[in-house]
Order: sequence, then structure tokens, then C-alpha cells
Amino acid sequence: MTTATPTAIASVDYLLHLADNALVLGQRNAEWCGHGPILEEDIAMANISLDLIGQARLLYQAAAEQMGAGTTEDRLAYFRDVPEFRNYTLLELPHSPPLAGTAASDRDYATTIVRNFLYSALMVMVWESLQQSRDSQLAAIAAKSLKEVRYHLRHARDWLIRMGDGTEESQARAQSALNHLMPYTQEFWTASAFEQAALSDGTGLDMASLQADWLALVQDAVAEAQLQTPSSKGFVPTGKHGVHSEHLGFLLAEMQSLARAHPQANW
Amino acid sequence: MTGTRTPEIPAELQAVWQALEVLADPEIPVVSLRELGILRGIRQTDTGLEVVITPTYSGCPAMGQIEDDVRALLQQQGWDAKVVTQLSPAWTTDWMTPAAKDKLRAYGIAPPQACADHADKHGGSSRVLRFAARVAATEAIPCPRCGSSLTTETSHFGSTACKALYKCLDCQEPFDYFKPY
Repeated sequence: MTTATPTAIASVDYLLHLADNALVLGQRNAEWCGHGPILEEDIAMANISLDLIGQARLLYQAAAEQMGAGTTEDRLAYFRDVPEFRNYTLLELPHSPPLAGTAASDRDYATTIVRNFLYSALMVMVWESLQQSRDSQLAAIAAKSLKEVRYHLRHARDWLIRMGDGTEESQARAQSALNHLMPYTQEFWTASAFEQAALSDGTGLDMASLQADWLALVQDAVAEAQLQTPSSKGFVPTGKHGVHSEHLGFLLAEMQSLARAHPQANW
Repeated sequence: MTGTRTPEIPAELQAVWQALEVLADPEIPVVSLRELGILRGIRQTDTGLEVVITPTYSGCPAMGQIEDDVRALLQQQGWDAKVVTQLSPAWTTDWMTPAAKDKLRAYGIAPPQACADHADKHGGSSRVLRFAARVAATEAIPCPRCGSSLTTETSHFGSTACKALYKCLDCQEPFDYFKPY
């Protein structure tokens, strides 16, 4: 193996951002486990969650190793609170249309599919680029994750088209989910301090440079689905800065309560 | 040589390598870890013997079991060895041996097509992915039971992370397809 460029280590914040994205969406999608609209989709969501949580584990392990002082992947997943999470706000939203009260409100599969589509379309590009990260551990994780997220994108894109180009009801729900979620994607393109730093030390990438290709990929599928690409203007969410929607706290409470009640437990 | 299908094993470590041959995948007990490409090598380091394994899917729950199995077997045979997990180069179904593919087929699982022949192949190089229309869909996956190419995908995701669900339109049997990774 030849390495032309000297190596670097991605910052803990950057690794946590990538890990938290995967964990929070993995946990969200796992809510469908046992409740999927049909058996095959129940299994698909469980599989996708498994991949995402697996990716999160690899990233948390890398971050924990760097933090030292006995930090473990479990500590990072179960013992940090809302302001310490660096995931995109998009990924913590419940599977419901806007203005639904809680995560337990009627779940809407169109919201699930549209979110998975918008995120996996992004991550196919992000992981592809991070294969060239100067952090060789991160590059290795990217190479694995890319293979998995391609299947996630294929699944979400297929369903987006089936829903959009389906019945009046499914089309209306898919369009409404797109209108609801599209503005949250603005957070992808505005770099945080840790993303800036990752770009300049060669461990990360320039997110803004992906925007045109991402939009082309999204518009291509949306057109095929007979849907309209909505505007993504408006308030820019701040999840990756640790300022989240009200929904993340409930998600973490459910995910973390067992580990916090039995902090020394062995599985 | 870690990028190749068969790792090169130094002569003095062949005995350990042979002993590991009995270990099978916990989910697919007909193929060995070596045949699946999970066992990547053995090396003698300053601190002792190391057996290198590589994970399949990031979240595959069998990996913990596989690591335990390797460790237990080494211990039982009296070898003082560490099990090291190595991510790079990323595992690929292309490392699966032809013998393993035959065993999968006999077990009722359609073996993976080569990644290079896979429908999503251009996803690896170009940024914008384009997919075939739904109807034109995917490549033909022969039925492991009757060999017919008249099969259809019923679900992208199956009973484990590595498989998709298919149905044969000739013999009507549902079957698992080991996805190219």
C-alpha cells in the first residue's frame, strides 16, 4: 500500500458528527421494527438501522480511542446529553408530518422514505469522498459504509418513485413529506467549525461542493416520481452545533434510559 | 497481500491456519470463515501471534460471535493469539471462493454476482448515481433450486443484513440472494 500524503487524525467533533448522524437515524428508523407497514419493509428498516448503528459504532470507537481516559463507544452513545449530539436536525424528527405532537403520533411512511432518500443520497457522496480522507481509519470506515448506503439509497429511491407515481393518497403524502423535510437539508451545506477544520487538515471534505450533484440526484428521482422539488429556503437548522429540535431529547431518553439505569451492566 | 482473495500464510503458521478451517459463519454454517473472506491472515508480531479478521456489514451481529469463536478455538488448541479486526481493505463478496459459492447454492442461497457486474457499479466512480427504471430492474439471479433465470426480487432486504429476498417464477420457491458488497 502506498500513501502519498502524510496521515492525519480526524477531530473528535467531526467523528461524533458522522457517528451521531448514523446513530440517531438508526434509532429513529428502528421504531418501525415490529410496526412496519408490510413485513418486507419492517425487515428493510431493521436492516438499514443495523447498518447505520454499525457505522456509528465504528466511528464512536475511533473517537473513543482518541479521547482516551477510558472512554468507550457506549459512553459516547448512552451518556451524552442533547447539546453534545452533533447530528443534523433532519435525522431526529419523528416519522410524522409537520405539527404532529410527538414521535408516537401516527407515523407516516412517506416521511421515513423521503428522509432516508435525502440523507442516503448525501451519504453516498460523503462516504465516497471520505475514502480519500487523510485519516486512514476514517477512510476505511467510509469504504465500508459506502457499500451499505448504496443499498439504502436504492431502497429509498425506489419507494419514493412508487409513492409519488402511485395513488392520489401516496402522492400527496410523498409531496407533503418532501415539502416538510427539504428545508432541513440546508444544514448539509453550511460548514461548522469542525467541518472547516476537517476540510483544511484533509480529514474531511468540502460539503458545499457536493450540493449541485446532490440536488441533481434528488431532482432526477423527484421528477421520475412525478413530484415537485420544493424550495429549501427558510430557517437553517442547527443540530450539528448542538442546538436541536424538541424531538431529540425524547429519542435519547428512550435509547439511553436502560444503559443509565444499569451503568455497569454486561450484555 | 490483504487485497486478494487468498491471504498468504507463512509456512510456520500453516498449522494454526488449518485449525481455523473448521470455523463456519454462525448464520450460514455451510461455509467457513476463510471461504467467506472473513479470515484475512495470521502474523507473528513482537507481542505474539495475531489472527486478522475483517467485518462484513458494519452492523452484522454475527461479527461478535465470529470473534469469540476464533478466540475460543485458538485457546482450546493452546495457541496464545490475539484476534485483530481490520477494516481496510473493506470486505467484499468478491473474496468468496468458488467453492463457497457452490456451497451457498446447495444450501438454497443464491451466491453473489461479482461486484464489477453489479447494476450499481458506476456508483463507485461517478458522483451522480443513476438507476435503471423499475421495470427494467436488476440482473437475473438464477434460482438456487431449479436454476431458472426467471426470478424476481421481492425485497431489497432479507433475513440478514447481507441478503435480499427473491422468488423463482418457475418453481415458485422463495429464496435468499447474497447481495454483492
